Amino acid sequence: MKQFGIFIQKEFYHILRDRRTLLILLGMPVVLVLLFGFAITNEIDNARIAILDQSKGEMSQEITQRLVASGYFLIDENLQEIAQIEQHFREGKTKMAVVFPSGIEEDKRRNLPTQIQLIADATDPNTATTLINYASAIIGQYAQEQARGQALPMQIRTEVKMLYNPRLKSVFLFVPGVMTVILMLVSAMMTSIAITREKELGTMEVLLVSPLKPAMIIVGKVIPYILLALANTVVILLLGTFVFGMPVRGSLVLLALECLLFVITALALGILISTRTDSQQVAMLISLMVLMLPTILLSGFIFPIESMPKVLQVISNIIPAKWFIIILKNVMLKGTGIEFVWKESLILAGMTLFFIGASVRNFKTRLE
Amino acid sequence: MLPAITTDKLTKRFGDFTAVDQITFEVNKGEIFGFLGANGAGKTTAMRMLNGLSRPSGGQAAVAGFDVYRETEKIKKHIGYMSQKFSLYEDLTVRENIQFYGGIYGLPGKEIRRQVQELIGGLGMQAYANTLVKSIPLGWKQKLSFSIAIMHRPEIVFLDEPTGGVDPITRRQFWEMIYKAASEGMTVFVTTHYMDEAEYCDRVSIMVDGRIAALDRPRALKEQFGAGSMNDVFLQLTRPKP
Repeated sequence: MKQFGIFIQKEFYHILRDRRTLLILLGMPVVLVLLFGFAITNEIDNARIAILDQSKGEMSQEITQRLVASGYFLIDENLQEIAQIEQHFREGKTKMAVVFPSGIEEDKRRNLPTQIQLIADATDPNTATTLINYASAIIGQYAQEQARGQALPMQIRTEVKMLYNPRLKSVFLFVPGVMTVILMLVSAMMTSIAITREKELGTMEVLLVSPLKPAMIIVGKVIPYILLALANTVVILLLGTFVFGMPVRGSLVLLALECLLFVITALALGILISTRTDSQQVAMLISLMVLMLPTILLSGFIFPIESMPKVLQVISNIIPAKWFIIILKNVMLKGTGIEFVWKESLILAGMTLFFIGASVRNFKTRLE
Repeated sequence: MLPAITTDKLTKRFGDFTAVDQITFEVNKGEIFGFLGANGAGKTTAMRMLNGLSRPSGGQAAVAGFDVYRETEKIKKHIGYMSQKFSLYEDLTVRENIQFYGGIYGLPGKEIRRQVQELIGGLGMQAYANTLVKSIPLGWKQKLSFSIAIMHRPEIVFLDEPTGGVDPITRRQFWEMIYKAASEGMTVFVTTHYMDEAEYCDRVSIMVDGRIAALDRPRALKEQFGAGSMNDVFLQLTRPKP
C-alpha cells in the first residue's frame, strides 16, 4: 500500500510539473462550455427580419407588432418592392422576410381565406426552420383570435408544451455533451499518453522488473486522471448551473456515480490503446481519431442520432458516449432515478469489462 | 554455494527467428560477468529472459535460485536492473527519484532517508539534490541510475550497456562503482560494446548469432586465441569466415 502511495505521488509530480498540459486540461472545459453556451446556439433571439407591406392595412400592422413583441424578431427594414427582398438576403442583412400582399384586407372583409408569405434564408436550414415555425405560430394565433365569435368549421388547436426544457435552451444539450467529450479526453487520451510515455522513455521496463505488480502500475497511473476528470465534471456542472441556469433535477449521488462509471469506461479504453502501441504520438492519434471524433459526431451530442442514416445509427450503439449522454440527460434534465437508466448503465459497465479484459490480454507483463 | 545464475539450453524464438539459441552458462556469486556480443547477437534478449521481462521459449534458467518460468515475482525482489534506455524520471528531482525507487522496492522510510543522504553524498551531488534530473550532466545521470539500481541491495544487478555515450573518465568512475558493489558480494551481470571494459570483468562470454561462442576469463581467452587484446578476440570470433 505504501508503494502504491509513492507511485501515485510520482504521477502527481508528472502532472503538476507539466504546466502547459495541466493548464489545457483545466482550462479547456471552461472554454468549451462558455463557447458552446454563448457562441454556438440554436436559440432564436432578436433575429433580423424585413417586412414588405403591400396592403398598408390594419392587419399587417397588428401582425408585425406581434412578431416584434414576441422577442424573437427585430424589424431590420420596411421594404418597398419585391425586388428588394432578394438583394436584402444577398447582403446578409436579414434572416427572414414577411410579405403582406395587397389583397389581404379585402379578403378579410369578405371572410375569405388569405395568404401571407414567409421567405427565409435557408443557407442555415436549422435557423430557417425555427424562424418559420415561430412566425407561423404567431400568425396562426392571430388568425384564431380574429375568427372568435364567428361560426367556423371545426378547428383543432394544438397546444405545445416543451417538457424539461421549456425555453428550448441549447445549453441543456451542450453541457452533457461537453462533459462527455472532456471526460473522454482527460480519461482516455491522457492516460494512454501517460502510459505510453513510460514505455517510450524506458522507465516502464524498470517498473516491470521491480516488485510492483503490473496491475498496480496501471491503476497507479490512472488514479490521478480519475481525480482530474471528476474535478472537471464539477467545474462543468457549476458553470452550467450558475452561468446558464442548467438544472440538475436528479440525485447528485447518482450523477456522480454515473460520471465515475463513464470515466472508468474511458480509462479502460485509454489503457487498451496504450497496450496496442509504444509511442505517445500514435496513442494520441488513435485517441483523437478512434475516440474523440465518434464521441463528438456519433454520440448525439451535435447531430441527433434519429436523423442519421441507418448504418450510422447502428454504429452509434458501440459508442460509449451515446449511452452516457442519454444517462446525463435523464438524470440532469428529467430528474429520473436509476430505474430509468439502469439499462444504459449496464451497457457502459459491460463495455468497461470488455475493454479491461481486452487490455489484460494485450498487456505484456513480459514485454515480448 | 549456489551460483547466482544458471542457464541450461535457454532459448528464445520470435516466430522463425531464433534470437537466443540454447545458451548454457553459470554466473558465480560476487562475480563481474561480462556479456559481450555485436548488436543483434541476442544479449539483450537473453538478459530480459533472466530478469523476467521475457518468457523463454525453451530450456531452463534460475536466477538467485528461483525459476524464470514460475518464480519471476521472487526473482524481482532479488535483482536490480539498469536498462539500456535512461531509466530515471527527468521531471523529478534527484532526491525524488531516489525516494521513488526506494519506495517501490519497499524500503522503510528511515532507510530511504538514510540512502538519500548516502547516495547524494557518495556521488558528490549535494548541489544537485533538488535539481530536476533533466538538467544534470549525462555522466552523473548514469552514476545515479546505477546507485539507484543497487540501493535495495539486490543479490544480482543486471546492467544493459550502462556506459553508452559516456566520457572515458566517467566510465572509469562507473567501473569503480561496479568493483565496489562486487567487493560487497553483489553479482554483476553487464552487457557492453566496449572491449576495454571486457578486460575489467572476471569472466566474459561472447555471443555470436544467438550462441555463446566463447566463455572464460579475459586472460585465458586472449591466450586461447593468441590475441593481444579482447578486441582482437572479439574480431576473430565475430568476423565472417572467408
